[in-house]
Amino acid sequence: MNIIIVGCGKIGSTILESLVEEGHDVVGIDNDEQVITQITNVHDIMAVCGSGTDYDMLKEAGVANAEMFIAVTSSDELNMLSCYMAKKMGAKHTIARIRNPEYTQSNLGFLKQQLDLSMAINPESLAAVEMFNILKLPSAVKIQTFSQRNFEIIEIILKENSALAGMKLMELRNKFNAQFLICAVQRGEDVYIPSGNFQLMAGDKIGLTASLSEIQKLMRSLKIEKKQAKDVMILGGSKIAYYLAKMLTTSGNGVKIIEKDHEKCQELSESLDKVVIIEGDGAEQEILLEEGLNSLDAFVALTGMDEENILISIFASSHNVPTVITKVNRNELSQLASKLGLDCIVSPKKIVSDVIVRYARALENSRGSNVETLYNIMDDKAEVLEFNVRSDFKQVNIPLRDLKLKPNILIAGIIRERKPIIPNGDDMIMKNDKVIIVTSEQRLNDLSDIIK
Amino acid sequence: MNRRAVFYTIGQIIILEGILLTLPLLVSFCFWEEKSIIAFSITIFIALALGALTLIISKPSNKIIYAKEGFIIVTCAWIALSVIGCVPFIISGEIPNIFDAFFETVSGFTTTGASILTDVESMSKGMLFWRSFTHWLGGMGVLVLIMAIIPKNTGTDSGRAMHILRAEMAGPIIGKLVPKVRDTAKILYFIYFALTALEFFFLLIGDMHFFDSLVHAIGTAGTGGFGIKADSLASYSPYSQWVITIFMLLFGVNFNLFYLLLLKRFKAVFSNRELWCYAGVVLISIAVITWNIFPIYNNFSDSLRHSSFQVAGIISSTGFASADFNQWPQLSKNILFLLMFMGGCAGSTAGGLKVSRVMLLFKLIKKDISRLLHPRSVTAVKLEGKPVDNNTLYGVSTYFAIYIVLILGTFLFISFEPLSFESNFSAAVSCINNIGPGFDQTGPMEGYAVYSNFSKFILSIAMLLGRLEIYPVLLAFYPKTWSKK
Repeated sequence: MNIIIVGCGKIGSTILESLVEEGHDVVGIDNDEQVITQITNVHDIMAVCGSGTDYDMLKEAGVANAEMFIAVTSSDELNMLSCYMAKKMGAKHTIARIRNPEYTQSNLGFLKQQLDLSMAINPESLAAVEMFNILKLPSAVKIQTFSQRNFEIIEIILKENSALAGMKLMELRNKFNAQFLICAVQRGEDVYIPSGNFQLMAGDKIGLTASLSEIQKLMRSLKIEKKQAKDVMILGGSKIAYYLAKMLTTSGNGVKIIEKDHEKCQELSESLDKVVIIEGDGAEQEILLEEGLNSLDAFVALTGMDEENILISIFASSHNVPTVITKVNRNELSQLASKLGLDCIVSPKKIVSDVIVRYARALENSRGSNVETLYNIMDDKAEVLEFNVRSDFKQVNIPLRDLKLKPNILIAGIIRERKPIIPNGDDMIMKNDKVIIVTSEQRLNDLSDIIK
Repeated sequence: MNRRAVFYTIGQIIILEGILLTLPLLVSFCFWEEKSIIAFSITIFIALALGALTLIISKPSNKIIYAKEGFIIVTCAWIALSVIGCVPFIISGEIPNIFDAFFETVSGFTTTGASILTDVESMSKGMLFWRSFTHWLGGMGVLVLIMAIIPKNTGTDSGRAMHILRAEMAGPIIGKLVPKVRDTAKILYFIYFALTALEFFFLLIGDMHFFDSLVHAIGTAGTGGFGIKADSLASYSPYSQWVITIFMLLFGVNFNLFYLLLLKRFKAVFSNRELWCYAGVVLISIAVITWNIFPIYNNFSDSLRHSSFQVAGIISSTGFASADFNQWPQLSKNILFLLMFMGGCAGSTAGGLKVSRVMLLFKLIKKDISRLLHPRSVTAVKLEGKPVDNNTLYGVSTYFAIYIVLILGTFLFISFEPLSFESNFSAAVSCINNIGPGFDQTGPMEGYAVYSNFSKFILSIAMLLGRLEIYPVLLAFYPKTWSKK
């Protein structure tokens, strides 16, 4: 697909990288010459230096033939305007980053319709949603939902004393009378799609699939259930903090925000009710302790500095805060942070690029590829894909144990008439099912790609 | 330094050369020249075996390469190509001296067209075709060809392609036509092939034979200049000479412009400053030389034809000749000599400094003068209406300095020869700029046979430096480049 990206900063270049990796023809537009030189040195793309609202520039970049036009500059208005221009010039789908809370839901709906936007993405609110999900199920480090929330993949880290450690997968189902499947295991840098003989070890990060109702039951029998976070402390009064605090208060949690900038504190206190706002520097441990770090259920580090977030999160973990979520934007740092023992790491730009890759795959879906949804799990080392079973898929009504699958592929779930099935060897794929596949290597475009 | 990745790519190149050598083999079969058939067969065998061996022993664990590796790959690949390419000449005994054969092959791949042969008409057809075919390959670049034809797995080695393209293509700024390097390479080769085919067709409907048309078409396309007659093109009809004149000029034009033409973006093509500058220099030179040589030919159409042919031949760095310009008045010779430095447009197959670089140099001079007048003034240097960043400008000026140093160095090294100042100096300039003929004893009807083995080797290196725009070759001979750190 021909894709144009306006604004190649932090978010833009992450999106660009994933789209190039997917094999698309990408043109980048940015008004900073150095950024342009940098990205053309690293990625196989074309880049033009100029403004995203310059008619000639857009024309030169080939907007008329672009299937996707993505505007992710730091200015919402510029994004909207250049998307509008691109649409009028012939771009098929336009996506704008709009993140100012001023553009509320109703406001945004109107704008989207008038500007003919295909999607408005808000990295901050997306990140907030992800954090909110984790806080709702604190035992997991990451949760992804498929098929209108019918089906979930949860990432859990096995602690030293976990009941699962040392067990082989084939023994699991008998022992814990629950419908679930371990579909991916991350050990160190490597990700495995495990078979029945795979033995789990403490320290592994496992990806579990289970239906919604089963999860609580499972957590209980695994004895890793943590209580839902009641009191949450947020460090840094960024936009993510605003969205997250708003969600948390509506669901009845107690929220405390620590922010050192007076102006920001003022603003937050005006727009958020029921939230305690503390003016102070979170890097001072005294303040954190004074505000009750020891008795918290969850701590979320959201300052603008990755390093500060990592350090303070480590401090919070050392004070036995059950759930610590860290916002880390830079890829290299997030790997370091997980080595330092931080489990829940959220990266807004990664979330956005996942959303856009998913959208691009969905577009291709209508042109032959068959992917319904796509998620990256296990630090992007494995993919989860949801396929529709179309009439041209030949291997229907064959027990799964008889299917000859390619290596490193697992059928993690089948959704039949909106009911999830956690499959075992006797289940079959039938017409009109949706099938969820976990894979660590292959790039799949169609369900039949999983068969040897 | 990812040495394995470097050698792996070179293995690919050697195999590709082995495959491409089947074309001259085919020609030898058509004319049934037994010696050449044997020579090419043996070389193909050597190339395939050597290439396969390199591929096997250097299978890289990771394919990640950076700019540094890109430069090294290009240099080593070109040296490997030339070494293997000269084997047929030696085996067949047509150029028995290894230095001669190496010089001839390097001259072919670098599209110089300087020849050490004294009796070119006695060469076998297969060898003549191979000589000219190296022009065609070297013109657009062999690595670019590799990129266009080898399917690559998505993502992982996307960075490498751009580094290599940049190292092999000539000019200060290399722009892509389409987002993907691979597609860009394909488009470039498509345009290249189509233009060559067009020239071949026009030559064929004239009075040239099939083989002559083919050899001259591919020789022009790479802006090389190996002829198959002792007097280059002087004995062909005026029609053929005009066709070749026009195509020599066309191959000196930035290929991006042809692509824009295909896209019907005529406005962008006609507003290209570099093209206008190129056309202007060509027209003025032709006009002055026509006037200057008029007394010799006493005939306007002949003077115009010869002056156009020589101007096109020199500025596009092809080096074909339709007349012995050594006999011309000094003014014409000097103009031709200066045109050697300029060369064609960036992004073409021509050699020389490139028109856009010359333009930037003049703009830099203008900028510095105005800064002397107004010390606080801030001026942006623009090319094609877009500001050029300081790094590029800095690169252009240092390139010019090192380019001059190299010309002088080459000149010094070949000064052991008992030749005139004019011959030696023009030979150095001509080789670095990949033109071909020089003046006086190295003139278009003379050749480089007079030089000793040592000088031939120096000139071979000079040609490589000129074709790859100096830096890649220097980098390859810089010891620190190869250290593991």
